[in-house]
Amino acid sequence: MSKPSDLLTAPTFDYVDGAAPRLVLRGNWVVSALADVDRELREKPFSVEAGLAEVDVAEVEGLDTAGAYLIDRTLRELGGEPALKGATSEVQSLLAQARTLATQEETAPPIIEEGHGFVDLLERTGRNAEHMWQEALESLSFLGATLVALSTIVWRPAKMRWTALVAVMEEAGLDAVPIIAFLSFFVGMVVAFIGATTLAQFGATIFVVELVGFGVLRELGGVLVAIIIAGRTNSAFTAQIGAMKMRQEIDAMQTLGLNPMQVIVAPRVLAMMVMVPVLTFIGMLTAIAGGMSVGWLILDINPTVFFNRLQENVPIDQFWIGMSKAPVFGLAIALIGCRQGLEVGGSVQSLGHHTTKSVVQALFAIIVIDACFALFYQEMGI
Amino acid sequence: MSADVAIKVRGLKTAYGTHVVHENLDLDVQRGEVMGVIGPSGCGKSVLLRAITGLKEPSAGEVHVFGQDVIHLQSEDITALQRLWGIMFQDGALFSNLTVRENVMVPMKEHTNLALPLMKQLADQKIRMSGLETWAGRKYPSDLSGGMRKRAALARALALDPPLLFLDEPTAGLDPITAVGFDQLIRDLQKSLGLTVFLVTHDVDTLAVTCDRIAVLGEKKVLAIGTMDELRREPHPWIQDYFGGPRGRGAIMGAG
Repeated sequence: MSKPSDLLTAPTFDYVDGAAPRLVLRGNWVVSALADVDRELREKPFSVEAGLAEVDVAEVEGLDTAGAYLIDRTLRELGGEPALKGATSEVQSLLAQARTLATQEETAPPIIEEGHGFVDLLERTGRNAEHMWQEALESLSFLGATLVALSTIVWRPAKMRWTALVAVMEEAGLDAVPIIAFLSFFVGMVVAFIGATTLAQFGATIFVVELVGFGVLRELGGVLVAIIIAGRTNSAFTAQIGAMKMRQEIDAMQTLGLNPMQVIVAPRVLAMMVMVPVLTFIGMLTAIAGGMSVGWLILDINPTVFFNRLQENVPIDQFWIGMSKAPVFGLAIALIGCRQGLEVGGSVQSLGHHTTKSVVQALFAIIVIDACFALFYQEMGI
Repeated sequence: MSADVAIKVRGLKTAYGTHVVHENLDLDVQRGEVMGVIGPSGCGKSVLLRAITGLKEPSAGEVHVFGQDVIHLQSEDITALQRLWGIMFQDGALFSNLTVRENVMVPMKEHTNLALPLMKQLADQKIRMSGLETWAGRKYPSDLSGGMRKRAALARALALDPPLLFLDEPTAGLDPITAVGFDQLIRDLQKSLGLTVFLVTHDVDTLAVTCDRIAVLGEKKVLAIGTMDELRREPHPWIQDYFGGPRGRGAIMGAG
């Protein structure tokens, strides 16, 4: 048994026709050597009308449950009540076991057709559309449940997990400062460069200040930070909560009288609503610093001139517009991350699926929310 | 003599950092026997299983399985050796993204070149052999109960008809009736396939029904080894408590 399969005598069979048809089996009928003989048996080189009279297994050198299964399958297909010749007690018991385990339904494995036709495509499309609608509704109901949990906390602040809140603020907020600062600085530089090449054609290079100011404060600063946080923190929320769900920690919480909405969701939502504005502020500062450094080093705009112009020509409203979106982004990211985490089922695959879904939904939500704000402020005339 | 030894452990030392789990541990498992391994929680039963199967590299000592040095094998030889054993982990360790039947087919796909239909039929046979219904093969592990998962894990361990079977706490967390069925199943399979079984357990009933010999781990080595009757005469206090306690006595009476 411990010999490699290429050193074993291959399993073979001989069919002897006649008044009493016999099947003679030889060699090692073990799982590693069955591939060829299975194909030969499948092609059915012989047919037996009256059923097999005898099976000679005297020359079978090795047999395991897989080999026994194959022999038994062949015998069942051939029919008849063949006598077993030359079988040791082990071979007998293995064949008997294979017979008891065999069931009628699986003599011919059923082929299940999977739909790939046009109608199936339509059906899937319909299902997915329905699913998207359900998803939106459930997100809203999750928002409602979170608001309920938060309002309970407002009445009874002792229910708040302050340690968890501070831990999430550090992990998702403070620890994200370097990457936010770094990326915002470069985006600020890129905006300044785009402006420089275009505006230089009109000899209006100085308008780079307005471009950086309006662009970064009103739109880019907030959206950029939200997107980074969606990739960085939102996925972490889903993975953490999903793993807790898989290990039944959430169930344990519920049985201990802890409300997951208060213990898990509320601290994360509050932390994000506080920290995303702070990070947005940092992002805006560094993005302006990036724009200013391009102005100073390449366009010869002195920092003093840059700041004076910024102060005079970019109203503070632009800053507040950008900042007003930040808590909403934070809320959306935290809600989507937590909801997808709680949706995770028992399998690893489901964890991966929901983490992906969480990031995709968060990015989607950020863009949609930003567009809504843009429309709103446009109508307000700011 | 050496041809009859399936597992030979000599002078084994394993450690996690400064925490030494085993020191100078010797153990022989004969071919065709069911060796039960018991010991207090945290004495390194599962670590010993990991060391024998090459999952945990020992700090010192030798491990031979079917005469092959597990620790210093080249990767191709490891693959050949892995074909000879099946392992059932404590919590099943089934691949959660595959159905039970696909789980059972994984070792077949890896180590044989069988046609897909035969592989499916063999997988179904293994699933039935481990005491599950055929339909369970279409389910995902997360859809099954704990006991069914254990059976599915056993089916995967048996996929290649390995001559050596490692079972880590096969009956832990099962109800007594299912556990008795499981013990019987292991015993039957061992008899019909002539398996060597390395069985880590806490369950005295399992020991009484399935094991030919029992090794008691403790104090970083094998405290005692022998049949259940021999062990009951050991003076070591832990062994006395183990077999002399209410559960131990009940199991022995039940088996006798």
